[in-house]
Amino acid sequence: MTSLPETAAPAAAKSSRFATVLRTPLGITTIFGVLMVLFMVIFGPIIWGAQSTVADFGQLSAPPGPGHPFGTDAGGRDVLARVMTAARLSVSMAMVATALGVCGGLLIGLLPVVVPRRGARFIVSATGIAIAFPSLLMIMVFSVAIGTGVQGAVLAIGFAMMPSFGRLAQTMSASVAGRDFVLAARILGVSKTRILLRHILPNVAEPLTVNASLAAGGSLIAFAGLSFLGLGVQAPDFDWGRLLNEGLEKIYVNPATALAPAAAVVFVGVVFTLLGETLSRGFGIEPLLSRRPRALQKIAAPKPEAVETAQEDTVLDVRGLRVAAPAGANWTHPVNNISFQIRRGEIVGLVGESGSGKSLTCMAVAALLEDPLDVSAESVRFDGSELTQDGKIPSRIRAAALRKQLGTRLALVFQDPSTSLNPALQVGKQVAEIGQLHEGLSAKEAQERAIERLGDVRIPEPKRRAKQYPYEFSGGMRQRAMIAMGLMGSPALIIADEPTTALDVTVQRGVLGLLKAVNKEENAAILLVSHDIAVVTGLCTRVLVMYRGSIVENVDVEDLIAGRAKHPYTQALLAAVPTMKAEKGEYFATIPEGTVFSTSVAEPIAEEVA
Amino acid sequence: MSTLEFRDLWVRFGSGHTAFDAVRGVNLTVASGKVVGLVGESGSGKSTIARTAVGLSEPHHGQILLDGVDVAHAKGSAVHARQRIQMVFQDPYSCLDPRMSIGASIREAIDVTEKRKRRESANYQPLSRAARDARVGELLALVELDPARASAFPGGFSGGQRQRVALARALAAEPDVLLADEITSALDVSVQGTVLNLLLDLQKQLNLTVLFISHNLAVVSRVCDEIVVMNRGEIIEHGPTSQVIDNPQDPYTQELIEAVPQIGVPLFG
Amino acid sequence: MSETKLREEATSPKSLAPKLGKSPWGGQWGAFLARRLGRLGISIVVLVTVSFLMIRLIPGDPVRNALGIMASQDVVEARREALGLNLPLWEQYLRFWQGLFTGNLGDSFTLQMPVTTVIGQRLPATLEIAFMALVFMLACAIPIGMIAAALTRGGRRRGLELGYTGVSGFIAVIPEFLIGVGLIYVFAVQFHLLPVAGRSGPDSYILPVLALSIGGIAGVSRIVRAEALTVLGQDYIRTARAKRMSSWRIYMRHALPNLLTSSLTIGGLVLGGLIAGTVLVEFIFSWPGLGMTIVASIKDKDFPLAQGVIIVYGLMVLLVTLIVDILLVLLDPRSALKEN
Repeated sequence: MTSLPETAAPAAAKSSRFATVLRTPLGITTIFGVLMVLFMVIFGPIIWGAQSTVADFGQLSAPPGPGHPFGTDAGGRDVLARVMTAARLSVSMAMVATALGVCGGLLIGLLPVVVPRRGARFIVSATGIAIAFPSLLMIMVFSVAIGTGVQGAVLAIGFAMMPSFGRLAQTMSASVAGRDFVLAARILGVSKTRILLRHILPNVAEPLTVNASLAAGGSLIAFAGLSFLGLGVQAPDFDWGRLLNEGLEKIYVNPATALAPAAAVVFVGVVFTLLGETLSRGFGIEPLLSRRPRALQKIAAPKPEAVETAQEDTVLDVRGLRVAAPAGANWTHPVNNISFQIRRGEIVGLVGESGSGKSLTCMAVAALLEDPLDVSAESVRFDGSELTQDGKIPSRIRAAALRKQLGTRLALVFQDPSTSLNPALQVGKQVAEIGQLHEGLSAKEAQERAIERLGDVRIPEPKRRAKQYPYEFSGGMRQRAMIAMGLMGSPALIIADEPTTALDVTVQRGVLGLLKAVNKEENAAILLVSHDIAVVTGLCTRVLVMYRGSIVENVDVEDLIAGRAKHPYTQALLAAVPTMKAEKGEYFATIPEGTVFSTSVAEPIAEEVA
Repeated sequence: MSTLEFRDLWVRFGSGHTAFDAVRGVNLTVASGKVVGLVGESGSGKSTIARTAVGLSEPHHGQILLDGVDVAHAKGSAVHARQRIQMVFQDPYSCLDPRMSIGASIREAIDVTEKRKRRESANYQPLSRAARDARVGELLALVELDPARASAFPGGFSGGQRQRVALARALAAEPDVLLADEITSALDVSVQGTVLNLLLDLQKQLNLTVLFISHNLAVVSRVCDEIVVMNRGEIIEHGPTSQVIDNPQDPYTQELIEAVPQIGVPLFG
Repeated sequence: MSETKLREEATSPKSLAPKLGKSPWGGQWGAFLARRLGRLGISIVVLVTVSFLMIRLIPGDPVRNALGIMASQDVVEARREALGLNLPLWEQYLRFWQGLFTGNLGDSFTLQMPVTTVIGQRLPATLEIAFMALVFMLACAIPIGMIAAALTRGGRRRGLELGYTGVSGFIAVIPEFLIGVGLIYVFAVQFHLLPVAGRSGPDSYILPVLALSIGGIAGVSRIVRAEALTVLGQDYIRTARAKRMSSWRIYMRHALPNLLTSSLTIGGLVLGGLIAGTVLVEFIFSWPGLGMTIVASIKDKDFPLAQGVIIVYGLMVLLVTLIVDILLVLLDPRSALKEN
């Protein structure tokens, strides 16, 4: 439910974060609500306490009117005064029970970290059994055993809260306890208590605070329910639940007697929820809602001459591609005005380090980027068709012909084979889908072709394998299935985005070999994206080097290997790749931290096409 | 100075039906002052060996000896002996506590180490507070980071810098043996060199015994004196680096080396 | 971490699969069922023991407590004898179990008839509204959550998103008994459309079922939306988009099946709460079910009856979670593995 924050901000950043949150409508509402609740709790009995017990026998169950804004109850007492007076008891009982539940829950939740493994397992499974029973049932059990009344209700609700809060604390602390910094502390010999106090507690405290706030709202409601049933607060004391119980009988006469306490319960419940929400944003557990930047202005219509230079044998021609991403109230450009071409049947590599924009480039030219990313270009021509409309690539291509063309002529292979196949569908059905969608095949024909294609990518026993689910495939097999999916059509271009990064080298070799074979047999061009120059030089004939959103070099592999790369970044990157030929103990070439290269192109790209 | 020895080590996960032996009868000696590379593909058991050596996994059978003392079934003083083996992990984003300044992380390691030394020899004079703070600065300088940044939180550091902080923290324990588990595989190639060069320097300077785990043969061949190849929980080849790289004996090693893409060598004829 | 990696390797064809036997699921199924039934057994023992002790832990004499100070000592003593309260605790405990197996939960103090008879009369009414509310809740919450996710994914339609999260968050905070009060006010007090109490014609079901399900619809649809947003952000949805199919097909064929397991998990969780929620809702609408019975029995200190009803409620919840867990494994065999 609540995930742990990725990186914690230092104290200064945090307080400024809270300052920001408190200025949002959410923050302002929360402050206002909390102040209201505090006012009612502190001053309610002081201001209205006396009036709340004065019976006006002339006005029994009177409707709202002068003197009695919400009318009177069956005993002739002022409803508003009673509701305001009941605030202190209602809220304070909830707070006490929450404190009890949170403390008990923390104990249950953090104990497994420090006690020996067997004890920890016992606590965890005991919590698991307790949590299976709904808290209301537990409250019932406790109220039988402890007896009805304020004390019994506080204990009952507090105890009933422990398992669920404890389970939450267990899950969170277990996830922190499994992280490397805790393992490192264990290896160092830091004591378990210290690990708990210094490493685990600070990392779970904030999400648990948020949940405690939500739980406080829950226990307020539980109290109201219990008193409503007549099992909580007993006369002559009264809280909102008991007022509601009395009011419900008179709902036909004076609805306000029931609705006013109900509204009070809902109001305070909402305030606790808002408080949780505000804390959660202040702690950085949930992102701040930032205003979206204004829509980007459309860039100029494509220059006709640029498009004309595209040649017959070019399968992909990208001109002036930009990807803009909102960052706060502004736009950043992770891909900034790049142009490149790929000829039919060519294998081109796209290399760069993490964050250079290579994957975004791929997804942009495949028209797969969605809001809030904004993709604009002078022109992107794929297989003779223009993908841009008014200088933008839309997140959904609507023209049926173009969709068919993209579906059958453009194949994609993604980085992580364990997530790019749908876990809930048979592999064969996923491969077959394109045949049904775009080639007019029946389900049976498509399945037959899918089996054939699975065989083509050298998956043994394709007929049996087609009926299996992705989890029954190994990583390399899944990547082969992805390639088979692309082969259902007749691909003119395969965009392979880090297709082997997640695979072992021996498996990588097989998958790359398959890509090469497909390139030869089907004459499909390949755009191979990789962070590994060695992979790229081993398979491609030409390499595009990306750096900070720009293509800084476009070089033939021969030239690259021979050391004829022109851009200093390319040279530095190449030098940094370790080879097996170097001597043991020889230093690695590095790019010193903080080095900034120029993002201007080493050489004009246009002439490369010729 | 310190030899780490694995004797017929078996590590088992799960039990009964689902039992799975991740490490199956490994015998391996990491000689004092040597850098031994442990290579293999995912699931080969190489990381499990390291995790067992530092007590994160339990051996099912066999011994792990540090200078002859069994640290695998450590109880009492052997637990402290095990602290002389330290480990650096793969993920730079999870290796440091986000709620602790990097100085505090290193300081914690120093405190624990002082306690350990005190226990090891009764007449050891522990460092003063000021001396410990100074040591934090020294360690940061050792890994080529500005000591003035000790009070900064990990959030402000790059991946490569975080790995160097993790290295400093491990060194704060004054280890005899360092286990480096894929310490650069999450880093960009341009940063990788910085961390590895530092490791090479420190190993020489401190005469560390290092077990260097990596799937990257090109890196291993440059860092290590010896290479151990693992497959499915077993060691299938072990020898001096040049011998294993240039003249691999086992067919699996041959396949592994052949599959490594190299610049200037087309992958397919 | 490394363990899961290894397990994945173990299911891959080239690894050590033969070790698991020819039909790997056979063994795992058995192990899963054994583990799951074991837990059920323990839970039942805990439930029975707790409800047994519940009465014995009451300070003072529960019988005296129930009969009041006016009752003569002879009557109290006779009642204690009848209940077996004078026996040693362990013998009482054994008899309690014996009674459970023979369908004897004692006699109700107030109703003067066997507890099992009372439960038999009241249980159907509770099951009816709980089941109807569950069906109605899921039938509304899953489509609402999915539509909300489809319309607001990737940060589009900010206004709609804020409106939806605001309204659903607000409704989810309101407990079922307050919703019940609101429903009574609107449909009965203001417009005189529907009956407010008792179980009679079909229209008498409407308000209790609504009261039980509205909060759940808001809450569950929020969770479904969050799950759906996660699913829609997965790589395999990108794969599906790359095939250039209609959005409808993406949602129905590629996203929905992946939502089933998480929706079912949520369904199981809310069902437990929903069964408990019947207590309050029955009280409001004077619904003649177990919920009314338990409230009355606690107030009247009718301990045998309270005990019996709590056991039945607990068993219902345990049964539901068991069914959900088994369904989950049938839908997604991997969850049997994950459970370790």
